[in-house]
Amino acid sequence: MHIVVLVKQVPDTAAERTLSEADHTLDRETADLVLDEINERATEEALTLKEAVGAEVTVVSMGPGTAIDAIRKVLAMGADRGLHICDDRLHGADAVTTAKTLAAAVRRLEDVDLVLAGNTTTDGQAGAVPAMVADLLGLPQLTHARELTVDAGRVRAERETENGEATLDAPLPALVSVTEKINEPRYPSFKGIMAAKKKPVETVDLDDLFPGVDDTGFLATRTHVVDAVPRPARAAGIRITDDGSAGRQLVGYLIAQKLV
Amino acid sequence: MPDVLVLVDHDGERVHKSTYELLTVARRLGDPAAVVVGTPGTAARLREPLARHGATTVHAAESTEADEFLATPAVEALELAVREVSPAAVLVSATTDGNEVAGRLAARLDGGLLTDAVDVDSSGVATQVVFGGSYTVRAQVTHGLPVIALRPGSCEPEERPVEAGERELALPPVDRAASARITARRAALAGDRPELTEATVVVSGGRGVAGADGFKVVEQLADALGGAVGASRAAVDAGYYPHQYQVGQTGKSVSPQLYIALGISGAIQHLAGMQTSKTIVAVNKDPEAPILDVADYAVVGDLFAVAPRLIQEVAVRREAG
Ligand SMILES: Cc1cc2nc3c(=O)[nH]c(=O)nc-3n(C[C@H](O)[C@H](O)[C@H](O)COP(=O)(O)OP(=O)(O)OC[C@H]3O[C@@H](n4cnc5c(N)ncnc54)[C@H](O)[C@@H]3O)c2cc1C
Repeated sequence: MHIVVLVKQVPDTAAERTLSEADHTLDRETADLVLDEINERATEEALTLKEAVGAEVTVVSMGPGTAIDAIRKVLAMGADRGLHICDDRLHGADAVTTAKTLAAAVRRLEDVDLVLAGNTTTDGQAGAVPAMVADLLGLPQLTHARELTVDAGRVRAERETENGEATLDAPLPALVSVTEKINEPRYPSFKGIMAAKKKPVETVDLDDLFPGVDDTGFLATRTHVVDAVPRPARAAGIRITDDGSAGRQLVGYLIAQKLV
Repeated sequence: MPDVLVLVDHDGERVHKSTYELLTVARRLGDPAAVVVGTPGTAARLREPLARHGATTVHAAESTEADEFLATPAVEALELAVREVSPAAVLVSATTDGNEVAGRLAARLDGGLLTDAVDVDSSGVATQVVFGGSYTVRAQVTHGLPVIALRPGSCEPEERPVEAGERELALPPVDRAASARITARRAALAGDRPELTEATVVVSGGRGVAGADGFKVVEQLADALGGAVGASRAAVDAGYYPHQYQVGQTGKSVSPQLYIALGISGAIQHLAGMQTSKTIVAVNKDPEAPILDVADYAVVGDLFAVAPRLIQEVAVRREAG
C-alpha cells in the first residue's frame, strides 16, 4: 500500500500571528513556524496502517524552504520519503491553487492508495482543501474522520461534524482527513530523528508539476484582500472576588447589559 | 439582474435558518435562486418558505441517492446550475459540509473561494474574521466565479415574498469510485439547546469543571439563560464533554452576545474561538488566569459556588419578571 500524507507548516498558535503590511499574507519572518499539530495525527494514522498491513508512506508539503523542517519531522516519526513543493510563485496561494498543486503532486507519485490529511489547518482555509484535493483527483472524500479502518480494498470512516456523526464507506484509492480525536501521535525517537536525515526528499517546483504551463500567467490567487485590520485587543473589565455575593452581583450586571 | 445561487440547507422537511440568511445577503448581489438537493419531492416541500424569503427560482436537483453520498450530489447540482444560469455568485452556509461543497465547486470551476465570511456587500466584498478573530479582513474575488461561504448567524433573515419558478436539474448517477457513501447517521444530540455556533448565549466549561458530573452545573446555567454548552479542549480531552462542543482554534468559533467561561484558563487557542463574543464573563479561582484579562466581567472564585448562585438568582429575577 502507498500512503501519502499532506502536511503544512503553520505559525505556532501559541504565539501572536500577524499579516504583512505589504500584501496581507502571513508574516513568516516574524512567525514561529511548526508542523501543524493535526498533521501529526494524520501521520500517526499512516504509520499505524504501515505497521498493521505494511505500507510505504510519502509525506508531501507545499511551502517555502523552511517547510523542509515539517517534512523532516514527519520522516522522523517514521514516514519513508518526502516531496517538497517549493516555488516562490506559490507565495500567497489561495485554496484553489493550493489544492491544484497538491493534487498535481499526488498524481506524480505512483500507485497511491490512500491520501491522508489533517481536517483543517490552524491558519485558515476553513477545512476545505482536503475535499478539494479529493475532487480534483477524482477520489472519494472521507473527511473529518475520528476513526478510520482500511480493509479489503475499502476504507471506512466515522465522520464527526456539527451535524452529528456519519459512517462513510468508499473503495480505495480514497482521501481521508482526520480530526484531533483520532489518535495521540507518537513522538519522534532519537533514532527516528537521526534516520530522517538520510531519508530521500525530492524538491519540485511548478514547472515540474505543471509542465508546459507558461510561467507568465500563473495564478496564485483568485481573490484580493482589500484591507486587513487587526482587531483591537480586549480590555479587562470589571473584576470582583467572590465573597458569596458574586452570583447576585453578576446577575445585576447581566440585567444592566440586557443579557438576562 | 443576474442570478445568485444559494445552496439550501435542509433536513428534508424544513429549511435551515442559515439559508434564509443567505437569501437575504444574495439579494444585495442579484436575484436569489435556491438550489435544493434531495430525494424526490423535497423541493416541492421547501418551495413555499424559500419563495417567502425571496427565492425567485427553486432549482430542484433530486434523486433517490442524493442523500446517500457525502457532498458530491450538492457539488454536481451547483455545477449544473452554474452552467445553466451563469450566476453572479454562489453562496453556501459556512458549515463543515458547506465549506467542503464550496471548495470543491471553486476547484472544479477555477472560481474564487471566500470562506468564513461574516458579511458581503453589494459590490461582492466579503468581510472575514481570520486567525481566531485577531484580524478582520475584507476581500473580493478577482478571477472566476465568486463562491462564498457565509457563517450562520451573520445577518438577520428578512422575508421578501415572491413567486418562485421551479426548474429541474438532472443529477447524473453518482460515481461510486469517486464518492463516499453514507451508510449510517447519528444526529447531534443538542436536545432543546440552541446550536452552539448560532446561540446568543454560550456557557463553556473547562478542566476546572473537574469531571463529566461537574458539567451538569454548566448545562444548568446554559439552560437558565437559554444558551448552548461549550467546552475547552482540555475538558474534551479529559472526556468531560463531547468533542463536537469544543470551542477554540481547532473547535468551533462562536460569537454570541454573552459567553460565560467556567473553569477555563484562557489559552490563546481557546480565545481564538470566542474572543469576538460581545460580552465575556469568566469565573476562575486563579486570579492570574489569562481569561480574566479579556473578560468584561471577571469573577475570581470557585465556579461550584458562583454558578449555582447565579442560576438561583436568574430564576428569582425571571419569576419577579
Ligand atoms: C494546535 C492546538 C490547538 C488547540 N485548540 C484548542 C481549542 O480548539 N480549544 C481549546 O479550548 N483549547 C485548544 N488548545 C489547548 C489549549 O492550549 C489549552 O490547553 C486549553 O484551552 C486549556 O483548557 P482549560 O482552560 O479548560 O484547562 P486549564 O488550562 O487546565 O485551565 C483550567 C482552569 O480552571 C481553573 N479552575 C480549576 N478549578 C476551578 C474551580 N473550581 N472554579 C473556578 N476555576 C477553576 C484553573 O484555575 C484554571 O485556570 C489547543 C492547543 C494546540 C496546541
